[in-house]
Amino acid sequence: MKGTRGRLPVIVGVATSDYPHLPGLSEHQVHAQAAERALADAGLGFEDVDGYATAGFFPMYAVGLCEYLGLRPGWLDETNIGGASFEVLAEHAAAALQAGVCEVVLITYGSVQLSQMGRRLGTGGGAGALSGPSSYDALWGNTLVGSYALAARRHMHEYGTTPEQLAEIAVTMRRHAASNPMAQYREPLTVEDVLSSKLVADPLHMLDCCVISDGGAACVMTTAERAADLDCVPVYVLGAAHTTSHHLNISQMADLTTTAAARCGPLAFERAGVGPSDVDVLQVYDSFTITVLETLEDLGFCAKGEGGPFVEGGRLGVGGDLPTNTDGGGLSACHPGMRGMFLIVEAVRQLRGQAGPNQVPGASVAVAHGTGGMLSTGATLVLGDQRP
Amino acid sequence: MSGQGTGQDQGAQEAKPRPAPVPDPESEPFWAATLEGRLLVQRCGACGRAQLYPRPHCLACRGPVEWVAASGRGQVYSFTVIRQNPSRSFRHLIPYVVALVDLEEGPRLMTNIVGCDPSEVQVGTPVRVRFEQVSEQAALPLFELER
Repeated sequence: MKGTRGRLPVIVGVATSDYPHLPGLSEHQVHAQAAERALADAGLGFEDVDGYATAGFFPMYAVGLCEYLGLRPGWLDETNIGGASFEVLAEHAAAALQAGVCEVVLITYGSVQLSQMGRRLGTGGGAGALSGPSSYDALWGNTLVGSYALAARRHMHEYGTTPEQLAEIAVTMRRHAASNPMAQYREPLTVEDVLSSKLVADPLHMLDCCVISDGGAACVMTTAERAADLDCVPVYVLGAAHTTSHHLNISQMADLTTTAAARCGPLAFERAGVGPSDVDVLQVYDSFTITVLETLEDLGFCAKGEGGPFVEGGRLGVGGDLPTNTDGGGLSACHPGMRGMFLIVEAVRQLRGQAGPNQVPGASVAVAHGTGGMLSTGATLVLGDQRP
Repeated sequence: MSGQGTGQDQGAQEAKPRPAPVPDPESEPFWAATLEGRLLVQRCGACGRAQLYPRPHCLACRGPVEWVAASGRGQVYSFTVIRQNPSRSFRHLIPYVVALVDLEEGPRLMTNIVGCDPSEVQVGTPVRVRFEQVSEQAALPLFELER
């Protein structure tokens, strides 16, 4: 990161597992598949790993994965802030590598959410805890989609954002997915298709919502010095930051049109010594179309309230001003529950020129931004192909 | 979690009553008051700001807080009409309005807007509290349109 001498943190290997439907694999096998591929991509093996991080839904999750993978690392992290977890884990790993407490960090994610729970997951509509702080928003039949719908409705009210503008985000992601042979949905989509899909929670339609998938992903991080001995193109971690605004109670979010990204985005850019105008390609959490729209504003790609006009005219498409979610995103390609690692994988592939038909020519600076919970957490990772 | 699915396998199951809060030491005064038809908020003795849900101190200035009765009036900050929810406690109520209401005193709370067609609800619509008892320990503060 900026101002650091020596021990620059770099990403040297990335991979996804197979996706989006893995009925023959366990959750742990998905982790292992992604891990093996990412290590092979880096030219490293499990024996080189002395740091490990992952995030799951149970305490000591990383410890269980270490047992399964046969790792006994001297540095461990399992910080879970929802979908943004993996950007945080990469930030923590970068700091650990800089501090010299480990040399090679493996970060993995795996989920078989689709095969295990299928569509019963649905809208995430079960009541939460009926005591304690989270009970206050748990009594009204709100759903996960409903929380994002509340944000979308408020954004529409304050800024005149339209359902058509939100739909265009889904249409662009689908266009990218068409070039990704693994993507869950690849058939072309129109704005009219999105608007005529079922309303789940007004104003969000089914096609404003991400898909439900199986899948995993992994990355391998080390120092630039160690990377010099490897047969790989290192990607530099230029800057990172994360924060939170509330947890399960969206009633406690001060302004439903402004997310945690408004605080961690500018901080990550400052640490990286670059700004939004330097970004060649963006990988941003797209749990719902409104998530993308508000995050674009909060990261500073356009002014607050201008996200609607900003996404019009294919600006987020490959060939547009800000190619976004070039693998098809969670809206069309793969969303296994906590998508953050996929954002890092695609950002790194873009910076290494390995993104296939959706490669952004000459991509040199990329941002991966995760969002977790109900717009509750944000984590920004600024990556570059040049030594800072 | 994510959203493009629909609830399945539950079509034949009976509806359940909507969930009732289980008061804890910190929330007990709030829920006890609902049984008397009063909506309480915490008010700061130092800066006067009101807040919900209850905390040990004012989140703005860390001053001491006490429970005071709110007017029960507010306006809709945002809302959604839930059209899919596989939960047996709510499925039979579809479509229903989940809203965030800004009380006159300041605090925002999640609730349902009831007693009207969902199409009558807009951002900014004035609303008034109406209690619905759901257990021996609590009544839910629902809201209806100010007519």
